Amino acid sequence: MPKKSEALLDPLFNNNPIALQVLGICSALAVTTKLETTLVMCVAVTAVMVGSNFSISLLRNYIPPSIRIIVQLTVIASLVIVTDQVLKAYLFDTSKQLAVFVGLIITNCIVMGRAEAFAMQNGPFLSILDGLGNAGGYSIILLGTAFLRELFGSGKIFGIEILKLTTEGGWYNPNGLMVLSPGAFFIIGFFIWALRAWKPEQIEEEN
Amino acid sequence: MQSFSVRYIILFSLAICGVCAIFVSSLAVSLAPLQDVNKVLDRKKNVLMAAGLLEAGEAIAPEEVEKRFASFTPVVVDLATGQELADVDPVTFDQRKVRNDPATSEVAPQNNAGIARVPNQALVYKAVDEAGELDMVIVPVEGYGLWSTLYGFLALDADLNTVKGLAYYEHGETPGLGGEVENPRWRSVWVGRKIYDDSGATAIEVIKGAAGPVESAPHKIDGISGATITARGVSNMMRFWLGDEGFKPYFDNIHSGNLQASAPTPKSKEAA
Repeated sequence: MPKKSEALLDPLFNNNPIALQVLGICSALAVTTKLETTLVMCVAVTAVMVGSNFSISLLRNYIPPSIRIIVQLTVIASLVIVTDQVLKAYLFDTSKQLAVFVGLIITNCIVMGRAEAFAMQNGPFLSILDGLGNAGGYSIILLGTAFLRELFGSGKIFGIEILKLTTEGGWYNPNGLMVLSPGAFFIIGFFIWALRAWKPEQIEEEN
Repeated sequence: MQSFSVRYIILFSLAICGVCAIFVSSLAVSLAPLQDVNKVLDRKKNVLMAAGLLEAGEAIAPEEVEKRFASFTPVVVDLATGQELADVDPVTFDQRKVRNDPATSEVAPQNNAGIARVPNQALVYKAVDEAGELDMVIVPVEGYGLWSTLYGFLALDADLNTVKGLAYYEHGETPGLGGEVENPRWRSVWVGRKIYDDSGATAIEVIKGAAGPVESAPHKIDGISGATITARGVSNMMRFWLGDEGFKPYFDNIHSGNLQASAPTPKSKEAA
């Protein structure tokens, strides 16, 4: 039985879903050009993960093993649609920028991975903590990436001008790589490098 | 591990589907009115942006949008005849649906703008000044850039030749390169330029490099560095939509005072 603090805090750095498990990379590349959209995406993923871990955990003793994956998928898909609808109703502009990526939370490997690996074996409270922890680990990497990409790609933080761009008559020539998806690949690569330099036990053994 | 009977498995999956379906559909239905309000508001904001009455990224209350939008009237126009259609409700008119439905659209003639189908009807916005005179006309434009179809609105002065503003509200061009079509500084270059040359042909064009002041280059627009193909797409879509296949017949009718159905006919009023 895992401890509560472990369920919540381990996924932040010791077992980060993006940096160590390398899951959920697709959305990490796609939605991190601006901090604002990234923040909404992180909140959406957190809501879906907590909701799915909680409901799967409540149902875990009733779900027949032969159809468990499709049951998890049904629950997750419902939660994602609900999240998408709520965003369209209350945060229309941001949801337009996130476009298809909220819908794609359904295929985010982290959500289903935690439902299958954790919520199917543990109680509802622990599962909520695990959902929060993993969504937190995901959010830390995403927000860090978005911070660097928005600052060096558009000279802004949360849409507020920090570095004045040459196109606006300033001095900063924006880095085109940062606004393209490969830019996120490099940044996440550097994050993984930094994390493994700090915690050498995460380095994979050479075979 | 517990074993489950087939009967249980079927019942369980039915129950899960039922619960999820009810949950999702009841929420979607209850949020639909709010979402529709957002969509209408969003379109109005795009029109205002093209008209130069709203800055990009300006935070604005819904009431303020309504206030600024008050002088605009949406009108559905038949592209072939260039006549306004009073019996089509502009509020429910969805131009993309009309364009995609083979019954209400036609295969586009050979064009450079990557346009495959042309709708039979299009939604334009007319603004009148205090005296009731036509102040500006805002027409929708769309066409292919480098990666994606760009959707925007072009605002024209009452002479239907001078550009009042341009705003793209949806595209998938590269941020920082083709995505600079959203740049306010580039958009401001359009203001005051002329669409048609003296012979009445569409002459507006995005060129390479700087176009210079309006007086010396009335039909030219500054290029965007690193976005040659997007810029070409912008030129092509302007030529298409402002030409004979697009809104030219409608403009001609406005010029010659040939508009027939500017007010709803009594018959359609009754039907409504």
